[in-house]
Amino acid sequence: MRHPGPSSPLPSEITPRDRYLNRREIVVGLSGIGLAFAAGTAHPSAERLKYTPNPRYRASGATNSHEDITTYNNYYEFGTDKSDPAERAGKFHNQPWNVTVAGEAEVTGTFALEDILKPHALEERIYRLRCVEAWSMVVPWVGFPLGDLLRRFRPTSRAKYVAFKTVFRPAEMPGQRFAVLDWPYVEGLRMDEAMHPLTLVAVGLYGEALPNQNGAPLRLVVPWKYGFKGIKSIVEIRFTERQPPTSWNLSAPHEYGFYANVNPQVDHPRWSQAQERRIGTGLFAPKQPTLPFNGYADQVASLYAGMDLRKFF
Amino acid sequence: MPRGTKPLLFVACLLPLAWLAARAFGIGGLGLGANPVSELIHRLGLWGLRGLLLTLCVSPLAVGLRKPKLLRLRRMLGLTAFAYLTLHFLTWLVLDQWLSWHAIVADVVKRPYITVGFAALTMLLPLAVTSTDGWMRRLGRRWHLLHRLIYPAAVLGCVHFWWQVKADWREPALYASALAALLAWRIRRARMRRPAAVAATAPP
Repeated sequence: MRHPGPSSPLPSEITPRDRYLNRREIVVGLSGIGLAFAAGTAHPSAERLKYTPNPRYRASGATNSHEDITTYNNYYEFGTDKSDPAERAGKFHNQPWNVTVAGEAEVTGTFALEDILKPHALEERIYRLRCVEAWSMVVPWVGFPLGDLLRRFRPTSRAKYVAFKTVFRPAEMPGQRFAVLDWPYVEGLRMDEAMHPLTLVAVGLYGEALPNQNGAPLRLVVPWKYGFKGIKSIVEIRFTERQPPTSWNLSAPHEYGFYANVNPQVDHPRWSQAQERRIGTGLFAPKQPTLPFNGYADQVASLYAGMDLRKFF
Repeated sequence: MPRGTKPLLFVACLLPLAWLAARAFGIGGLGLGANPVSELIHRLGLWGLRGLLLTLCVSPLAVGLRKPKLLRLRRMLGLTAFAYLTLHFLTWLVLDQWLSWHAIVADVVKRPYITVGFAALTMLLPLAVTSTDGWMRRLGRRWHLLHRLIYPAAVLGCVHFWWQVKADWREPALYASALAALLAWRIRRARMRRPAAVAATAPP
């Protein structure tokens, strides 16, 4: 197992001592959670992460309850019902965990999760999450910018995209025993999307380590894209020159594009994307209008300047 | 058929609705989950489709078990299915669409899965209306002809379910297979009877 950035530390890796000490506590906290999960603890409520709330990213609207966020999930590896992940992810082992970094980068290899996370200070960001199925939530993620992680591997000039892969473990993920999708799940981003400050690697929510049903131990959060871009339980990060394949696009190319930017003007072929149902508003609340780029247009619309968003949906 | 079968069946028909109502009103700590509107619409639709398939089971059972009296239960099952599907539609209309007619009409026209669902319910409406003894008498042989509309309605119901699925078609496939078996039985029976030219009393 190799460590990223073996000889010369990158500027991003040099941090004040107090923060460094914080990180050690995080790592200790994370491994404790791993043990708790391994022992079959249902609610790791006591296992808090060390993080700083980031006031720049606080989505308006009520944050969804912990229960809604952890029991209403699309994580087909555990089953296709929304309740399946919460019911079936208990036996999943999110520790120990390795991530393989490959492709067009100077630093590649297989790294332990602790080494992946070590240099990063965790922050809380409250993001809107818009599912392609026209429902939405507001989720308090804990994580760090993906760009900070990717820079440590020194992607080369040939790295135009970054591809991600979810773990394939049918013994622990019952949904993978039937080819609903072509397992393992794969996703990808254009390099500028991946490096965008909004793009997050999440390791927790509500100040606690991610529950298995939400993609433990680490997942992607891209708040201006439909939820399926946020690949869960990542085991591989690969820098590529060509646009990588993505699972839902492979499954139904005319329905799910590579970009999958939230766009109220481009309907899913079978349903409208103009409105969304906010989870947690109950039986008698109207739907609300969906915003371009899920309300993050001011920060990300420029990434797609000049592109026909109906063609590159 | 033992006495009390009909009242018992009536109670059974109401059970899924009672269960859904208990969940909707949070009785006994029950609930409809994080997305109650979607859950309610889905469950009502599912019970409506199950009701249609159960209605279509009556004739094969009556013939197979040589118990023609079973046919007396068919009307109640059919009307129950219609009631659930009407509630399914009304829940969508009110709680999902909030009676915004412009969006509703647009969806019925533009979204194929809604178009076929709406078409299926429209086909079932005259069947519910003409389900009384009076209408049966008045329509005579044409009543049987009219009530064959349940076949295309059930097919469209299965299509409506299938077209909403993102990738996991196993559940709609189960319902479609059950319907295919029930329709196959009728086609086979019709073929067997045709040469004999028996007066048409084929149960729809």
